[in-house]
Amino acid sequence: MKKGVMRPGHIQLRVLDMEEALAHYRDLIGLIEMDRDDQGRVYLKGWTEVDKFSVVLREADEPGMDFVGFKVLNNQVLEQLQGELVEFGCQVENIPAGELNGCGRRVRFDSPTGHMFELYADKEQTGKWGISSTNPDAFPMDLKGMKATRFDHCLLYGGDLDGTLKLFQQVLGFDLAEQVMDENGTRVAQFLTISTKAHDIAFIKHPEDSKFHHASFYLETWEDVLRAADLISITDTSLDIGPTRHGLTHGKTIYFFDPSGNRSEVFCGGDYHYPDHEPVTWTTDQLGKAIFYHDRKLNERFLTALT
Amino acid sequence: MTTTAQAFNTRKEQQEPRCSSPDVSEQSYLVQVVNRDSWFTARSDKSLLVGMELDASQTIAVGCRGGGCGMCKIRVLAGKYDSKRMSRAHISEQEQAEDYVLACRIYPRSDLVIESDHFTVKPEL
Ligand code: FES
Ligand SMILES: [Fe+2]
Repeated sequence: MKKGVMRPGHIQLRVLDMEEALAHYRDLIGLIEMDRDDQGRVYLKGWTEVDKFSVVLREADEPGMDFVGFKVLNNQVLEQLQGELVEFGCQVENIPAGELNGCGRRVRFDSPTGHMFELYADKEQTGKWGISSTNPDAFPMDLKGMKATRFDHCLLYGGDLDGTLKLFQQVLGFDLAEQVMDENGTRVAQFLTISTKAHDIAFIKHPEDSKFHHASFYLETWEDVLRAADLISITDTSLDIGPTRHGLTHGKTIYFFDPSGNRSEVFCGGDYHYPDHEPVTWTTDQLGKAIFYHDRKLNERFLTALT
Repeated sequence: MTTTAQAFNTRKEQQEPRCSSPDVSEQSYLVQVVNRDSWFTARSDKSLLVGMELDASQTIAVGCRGGGCGMCKIRVLAGKYDSKRMSRAHISEQEQAEDYVLACRIYPRSDLVIESDHFTVKPEL
């Protein structure tokens, strides 16, 4: 049941070297640099996103993900959900408005898989980048690299998938769109949605908590994914796998790494989900096909290269 | 019929390793991987891990190639290298002092003797 959470709104990633990271996220993936703050953080977004930013980069000693934030409908929803998060047993912290430039008060909370999440109701809206909201043209002329349209979702690794599923379903109103079940009936992967997308966030079972697998950016077409592959070779960027298709969600995809080892994905297409749909199930004996539909086998790196 | 991989292995067993190639300006160094009983040549202008990949060797596990995932963790037993920033989650200050490194973040500056396969997943209990 929908609880007033709208969409994944931002992700803060730790990088070892800011200039190298900007060559990746801004110049290669094609995100737009929107702002910088006095902590040295850099704010970016995909050109179609209406809010001011969706990706925040922070230089640190240890790459990985600080948090993912979800935007909620309004402050009343924010109040309501804050109470429910406390009741659920989360550690809840208030982050004052302005701690991120242009973002209102954030409610930060932990999760059974060890990841940090946030809810917020307000963020400055600068509009789609480079085009007007009246009689808008198809796209702006001067996009860079892969011309990613938006931050779409992320995949996280951790232990207690059931606990995090309960939190996302019961408190935040997400639906389980797709899952992978092992032979004992244990869920080892869960793809959750708050929209009609096949996933707004996903989790895979892993012995170590609070790990980050990838942040994903949306492209329009398969041709764009192939062009992304060319750009990865042109720039000698570290490739993981692809271009290929996922069985899970059926998205067409390529995986590669930023210069600090955080995995990126650009993808197009994929299934849709409505609240009356039963979850789509894959079984672990078909895991190769579920993850990489064409190769039909997992590479070791997909399961172990995490930040 | 010999596969490419076998041809490479034969070459490595029979040929005396050369420490520099005459036709390129960057240096090439010999890297011995003691735990794999093998060796490869690595260029000074590429990270040790990418150098290994370019020499078609599989003696160090390849992950992100960016110093984040820890899969390429090795210990340098002898030789000189320069290093870029490495994830503290995988190389503590203590380990760094003991020449544990991420192969994707070091650049060889002499022949090296290394021990690979130092990556472990740490379950949090
Ligand atoms: S391959 Fe990921 S840290 Fe070196
Ligand atoms: Fe993805």
